[in-house]
Amino acid sequence: MWIQILVLGSTLVCALMAIRASRLLVSALWLAGCSAFLALSIALLGAPEVGVVELSVGAGLVTILFVFAISVAGEETVGVKSVVPRPLAWILMAVFAVLLAWLALPGLVASALPRDALPFLRALWVERSLDTVLQVALIFSGVLGSLGLLADRREVGRASRKAGEGAAP
Amino acid sequence: MSVNIWTIVMVAVFGLVAIGLYGLLIIRNLIKVVVALQIFAKGTILVMVAAGAMSGKPAVGQSLAITVLVADTVVTVMALALAIQVRRWSGTLDTREISKLRR
Repeated sequence: MWIQILVLGSTLVCALMAIRASRLLVSALWLAGCSAFLALSIALLGAPEVGVVELSVGAGLVTILFVFAISVAGEETVGVKSVVPRPLAWILMAVFAVLLAWLALPGLVASALPRDALPFLRALWVERSLDTVLQVALIFSGVLGSLGLLADRREVGRASRKAGEGAAP
Repeated sequence: MSVNIWTIVMVAVFGLVAIGLYGLLIIRNLIKVVVALQIFAKGTILVMVAAGAMSGKPAVGQSLAITVLVADTVVTVMALALAIQVRRWSGTLDTREISKLRR
């Protein structure tokens, strides 16, 4: 139990540092650390498959994406003035956490139900096969959408400008 | 109420979701907004695994956690591509500056 407390505490510290870091690259690296600790915690909870996927996707792929995006968009430090006033954000966050705890914590007393015999791979590929098909469709649409967004638009801009010149007298 | 492992996990979930919400409220940089969204989703993944194990159906919870993970990664990819395009067209990542732009 102490290992779990230590790992989850490290996850929370990494998440807080990812929010507080002023440089974008440092923030992305703290997020990768948070993801790695979360993967370890999930594996300790008895779900090593999800832990491995979280480690490879959450800590690997997403970090590479962030580094790519930061290198393309450039490091820009936005000023300290926030969207909503900081005390209001703290109050909203505290109210949210308290309400969530009030909803969820009484249900924890009746835990320790017997585990069912459904194996994980059968649940993923047979019982939830629609989810898996939707995931594949989602991945394809995400790749196509990001390729369309990242494509160079100069050709399109030139074509529309030519069309505009042709229309003007 | 005795403190068992699920209580600790739930406290961590509240912490992750609260930190993500605080980040979404306070941050103005578009890329850091995506970081806050990732932290929010990490809390969701942890609560999926924990809820599956607590209700006696761990396999269903784990497969739903993987679904959430994939969907969240696709959302991150799209949001980062949008942030790059916004930076390319408007020259800034500040959400206040972007909301001042008209057409």
